[in-house]
Parts: sequence; C-alpha cells; structure tokens
Amino acid sequence: MGGEEIDITPGVTAERIKRYLEQEKRFDGRKLEEYRDILIEENVSKKAEGSVRVKLGKTEVLVGVKMDTAEPYPDSPDKGNLMVTAEFLPLSSSRIELGPPKFDSIEVGRIIDRIIRESKFIDLEKLCIKKGEKVWTVFIDIYTINDDGNILDAAGIGAVAALKIAKVPKYDMENEKVLYGEYEGKLPLKKMNPLTITVHKIGNRLILDPTREEEDVSEARISVGSSDGIIHSLQKGDFGSFSVEEIEKAFNIVEKAWKELFKKVEAQLK
Amino acid sequence: MTTNFKRPDGRKVDELREFGAKVGIIPNADGSAMYKSGETIAIAAVYGPKKMHPQHSQDPEKGTLRCTYNMNSFSVSERIRPGPSRRSTEISKITEWALEPVLMLDKFPNMVVDVYINIIQADAGTRCAGINAAAMALAHAGIPMRDMVSSVSVGKLDKTIVVDLSKEEEDYEEGEGPTDIPISMTHSGNITHFQLDGKIEPKQLMEAVELAKKSCEKIYEVQKQALKDSIDLNGGED
Repeated sequence: MGGEEIDITPGVTAERIKRYLEQEKRFDGRKLEEYRDILIEENVSKKAEGSVRVKLGKTEVLVGVKMDTAEPYPDSPDKGNLMVTAEFLPLSSSRIELGPPKFDSIEVGRIIDRIIRESKFIDLEKLCIKKGEKVWTVFIDIYTINDDGNILDAAGIGAVAALKIAKVPKYDMENEKVLYGEYEGKLPLKKMNPLTITVHKIGNRLILDPTREEEDVSEARISVGSSDGIIHSLQKGDFGSFSVEEIEKAFNIVEKAWKELFKKVEAQLK
Repeated sequence: MTTNFKRPDGRKVDELREFGAKVGIIPNADGSAMYKSGETIAIAAVYGPKKMHPQHSQDPEKGTLRCTYNMNSFSVSERIRPGPSRRSTEISKITEWALEPVLMLDKFPNMVVDVYINIIQADAGTRCAGINAAAMALAHAGIPMRDMVSSVSVGKLDKTIVVDLSKEEEDYEEGEGPTDIPISMTHSGNITHFQLDGKIEPKQLMEAVELAKKSCEKIYEVQKQALKDSIDLNGGED
C-alpha cells in the first residue's frame, strides 16, 4: 500500500522481484498463490472479550474484541452495533509516523468492517438488550506490530479468530452496568469463515500474500471478502488497473485460497 | 436473469436513470464539470497542475493527483456533519485510483493536480457520479489523458442484476437484499475502480461486470458530447 508513506524498496530490488515473477519465482521460494506460515495465538489480553495475535510470516497484528452497551442506531433499534478500527503503530515500521490516522489504516478498518457486516457473521439481532434503548456494541480493534506486507489479510484473519473466541460479558440490568470479567456465553456467530483475500498484480502476474518489498512493487490489488464461495465485499486498490480477464482469474485464485486458508485458521483455534 | 422482476421506478434492468453532463460550470477553475444521474448531482473542479506544497510532498518523477470528495451537509435527508469522515476519506482515495491510470502525470514532476468533488444532492451512486464529473473536469482542464473514465453502480436486487441503483433500491429488503457494486472503467475496458458490498457468486459478479461495461459505453458518449459542447460554446475565444 502506498499512501503517504515513503516506499523505500530500491529500484534494483523492484526490478529483480519483477524479473523473478516473470519466471514464477519469489525471493522466499513460495509459489505465486501461496501464503506464508500462519500462526494464531489466543488471549493476548485478558481484559479483552476475545483477542489474538496473528503472524503471517514476519507480519504481525493484534486484534481484540471489546464490548460495551450503547444506544442502537435509529435504523436498527433491535440490533447490536459493530465498529472496526485499525491503527498502524509507529512501533511496527520505520515508515509509520505518529499523527492522525492515515488512509491505509482507515481503509483496513473499513474493509474488515464490511466483510464482517455484509456476511452477517455476527448475529447482531441477538445482541439487543432492550429494543430501541440498549444494545451491545462490538468493537474490533486492530493494531499492527510488525509490517512485512499484507497487513490487510492478517487483520481479516485476526478479526475472524478473535470473534470466534469472544465471550459476551454479563450485564447488570438493575444498575445498568457491564460486569466485565464475568461472562454470559459465547458471542453469537454464524458458522462461516468470512476471510479477506487480497490478490496483487505485478507485471502480468497475480500473487497472494506479498511481503513488504513485493507490496511496494504491486501495481494494483483486489481484496475479496468471501465465505463458502459467496463474495460479500470487494475493493480494488492502488493506481493500476485490471482487465476483465484478470478479474475473473483473481476470483478463481481467491476461491481456491479461501478453501486452504479457512482450514489453517480453524486448525489453529482450540 | 429473472424477467418478472420489477424495479421500484419501473426501469428495465439495464436502464440507467435519466442522466446528463455539463462541462465548464465553475469559471474560476482550470476545468469543471457536472454529472447527474436521477436525483444524484455531483460537481467537480480541477485546479492545477500547480507546484506541490509542502516541498517534501513533491514527487520528482511525476505529478500527484489529489482528489477530495465531499458531501454537502444538506445533500441527504438526515443532515451529515460537515467535514471529512472515514467514508469520504476512502472515496477520495478510490477516486484517485480510478482516475490516475489514464492521466499522463509524468509530464508534471513536483506538481499537483487538485480535484474537488462536491455532492449537491444524493440519491445513491454519488461516488460514481463524482468520478464521472471529475474525469470530464480533468479533460476540460487540459490534463493530458490516455483515455476517458466512466463509472456506474451495478447491483443485485434479490437475484437480479440491475444497473444504476437508486437510494430506494439500495435499501431493497426482499429475498437476498441488495448488493451494491460500483465500477469504473476506461473506454478501452480496463477496470480502475471496483467495490462491492453484499452477497454474490463470482459467476454472477462477472455478469455484473459485463453490464457495467455496456453502461459505461453509454455514459462515455454523454461525457464526450458534453466536452465537445463546451468547446463549441467558447467558440475559440479565450
């Protein structure tokens, strides 16, 4: 992702990445459509209702789910609220500076929000406490710890994993207070795996899970949020363009990759 | 496609709302245009190329395209708070990505081209209307372009693919509900902007892409005509 950050992958490296890809080769020996090793660690914060650390090769993000009560939105008086934010921490890369949120982090928050919301993964209707007055808000907060490319897909994996292990706190109706640390039960979810998979275009090659250097060279990307062969969200990013044929090919890559990725995610959750 | 499906406003599935364009609407700007589709009205103004400030933001290899999408607080039923939001920040960036592939910005190192998009009245499809207006405004400003960009929102209502959703259709609740798919394309058929919210199978999504392509052809003709008209009006004086 470009944004306001300075791309520091030198031109010679960029050229070499492109030449390698023409021969379907990558620096780390992976196939074009192969993800790096995925590692999910649960409960990184005891204070969260659900939290995970996701490592995608050297890329690392923390995702936490917090819950609180709030007034429902006027157009959904009997449904819980969902809010997703992402923060690119300066500690995760020399390129990130302190300051108000840059576009990259806003985009990650919005894309993850859309796949979770549109797939109806969380049963928000079960998160109503009193219609029109009080509902649960589910906050999904994403923090980057080490940026070696593809923060977006790592964040998507983290969101699904953190939600799957999240519990709903007890609520004291009389005193209108959330009893944090005591739990009512699991967060109501549908049986699905709404993951976001991003296909990058470099030259005439389409690849998955780019490292930082590969991401710098990427001309365009398409992030597809899907579960069980149904697409729920999609966003094309960056300044390049895709032909209709490339888009079709990207969908096939996503469909195949999803089948492997969700198994890996499920296998890691106890 | 199901043939017994009826759109709320009686349009055919591949029928755009009544749409129109006008080029040269803001005298102060280097280029400007209006695009409207149904009740949605977008205006765009281009200022530049001009020197990029601050200096450290300058790109010595090529000029920078900077788009700002903004909705007037009174463009929707429930007033929206003026100023940038997460949504508008994203649409601004999406607009840059949609337009930059056709611009020859390498001719303007260290410069910036500012595109300001304002939504005056909103009835769905505002980002597409904004992109259509901005593409014309860039051409009007004389920024060298390889191609034109046209944008349209296709969608799936329950199981039927339709083009140019209205707000009423965006809120469609029956069956599988609405899937909104805004797409922008160059006239030569390259996809420069593609988003989706909802529920759809890849095969039907390709159908939607084809419908977008056909619809963008129609929009392109109107954009082209509006640009020609603006030249005739000035009659060569300036």
